[in-house]
Amino acid sequence: MRRLGNIALLLAILAAVVASFAYLGMGLGALVEGDNLKQMGAYAARFLQPDLSSGHLQAIGRGALETLAMSAVGTLLAAVFGLLLALPAAGRFGGVAQSLVRLLLNALRAIPELVWAALMVLAAGLGPNAGTLALALHTAGVLGRLFAEALENTPTAPAEAIRLQGGGQIAAFCYGTLPNLWPQLLAYTLYRWENNIRMASVLGFVGAGGLGQMLYISLSLFQEAQASTVILAMLLLVLGVDALSGWTRQRWVRTG
Amino acid sequence: MLSRDTRDPAALPRLLLTVLAIALLWPGIQLAELNPGVLIAGDSQSEMGHFVSAFWPPAHSPDFLQLLLDATLQTLAIATAGMAIALLLAVPAALAASRALSLSAASRGGRPGALGQALRWPVRGLLIFLRSVPEIVWALLFVRAVGLGPTAGVLAIAITYAGMLGKVYAEIFESVDQRPMHVLLQAGSGRLAAFAYGSLPNAAAELTSYTVYRWECAIRASVVMGFVGAGGLGQQIDLSLRMFAGSEVASMLLTFLLLVLLADTLSRVLRGRLA
Repeated sequence: MRRLGNIALLLAILAAVVASFAYLGMGLGALVEGDNLKQMGAYAARFLQPDLSSGHLQAIGRGALETLAMSAVGTLLAAVFGLLLALPAAGRFGGVAQSLVRLLLNALRAIPELVWAALMVLAAGLGPNAGTLALALHTAGVLGRLFAEALENTPTAPAEAIRLQGGGQIAAFCYGTLPNLWPQLLAYTLYRWENNIRMASVLGFVGAGGLGQMLYISLSLFQEAQASTVILAMLLLVLGVDALSGWTRQRWVRTG
Repeated sequence: MLSRDTRDPAALPRLLLTVLAIALLWPGIQLAELNPGVLIAGDSQSEMGHFVSAFWPPAHSPDFLQLLLDATLQTLAIATAGMAIALLLAVPAALAASRALSLSAASRGGRPGALGQALRWPVRGLLIFLRSVPEIVWALLFVRAVGLGPTAGVLAIAITYAGMLGKVYAEIFESVDQRPMHVLLQAGSGRLAAFAYGSLPNAAAELTSYTVYRWECAIRASVVMGFVGAGGLGQQIDLSLRMFAGSEVASMLLTFLLLVLLADTLSRVLRGRLA
């Protein structure tokens, strides 16, 4: 019976794939027929000579710095808001606040960064400010949930001891809960920062600053040489972040 | 006698660290032109308020729902077709990049020969390149190359996901127990046969589960790629945003959330079933 079910499932998947191609009416044949392939080849060939003039490299350096700054500031804002939202989301201020804040966190998280960026460009105008706010909003949702979970799982004994000694709520949180929680918060924040660097480099496609905006503009102006340098810079950024995070993880997380 | 001291002994270093962090971040804040104030400035607020107040009720005229259905189906089709092409590229690439199929490794205790290793590197490099350029950049490039529409989305997903799947498949092939396959290879069977009967049964569960998970990611990615003109729900969201049609944006965002939820559930069911 199970075997029959599996075969039916495989057939269903196959049917879905065929239906997808049919629905899109995608003649992959059309891609290779005629001189389409030659045209695409000619287009790709124009990327092979990246523009390495010093002026352009300087602009790219600025774009890369802008991307890094957007991701860092966005993540930091998100960490602050995430912690503020995590306290009610972990049930510190009663059940009603908890479910309301959870709903808010889910909504923040469910909308992708790029959609937030498009909305923020409408609200705050073109430029890196919109990108930073978009990253902060989405990441606040993600970090808020992760922080709330960390907060729920952290041992309560130290904070209770401070409360029993007569310490205030805030003192108990700062000196009882936070020291245990801190490493986990930092690890989550760094992990999201890594994601956000990658994201920040493409947010510019909807006008939110950074390398993405440079790429979008140069592609729109058919300056393939300049665009190719921007792509190379993005590639370097992504590979650099990957290498750095792999290294730090090996250095600190495995042993810790 | 001990006197009561309420000061925090670590306060000064903490304060200094905070000041240092802010000093380091200050140029970053300048560079990011951070100014949340514009969100609450008068004119943008009234404009935004206008836009957001149109969110309720979400658009639900029959014409629009038909359009929404079309866009949603297109998104699903882009993800599925993209994954299918990605699989076609990823499986041969993974077989070529993985050390698991090495004949020399079978007879040398798992260490492949230098020549084979050198030949594997170009394939690995290609896979790294394919997955390191973000999918939306591929989409943007393909939109320029093949024109607006779902074809660009399918190709972008196919290329990026081929890079990811190829790498992960190669790692899975290497991580399962190599001994059954080495026995078959040393007994004289062909490489593909040895792989299919020695390694694949052990790796199948992990392979399917990862593939289904990636399909779920592809759905989310195909929505986002629409923003650069690669078809599907994202393109409709982008259009409605530009026309300040708040109610349309609201129903499309709701559809998107439903779609992600649905894909999530379906992927969990499939993984439970196939893995």
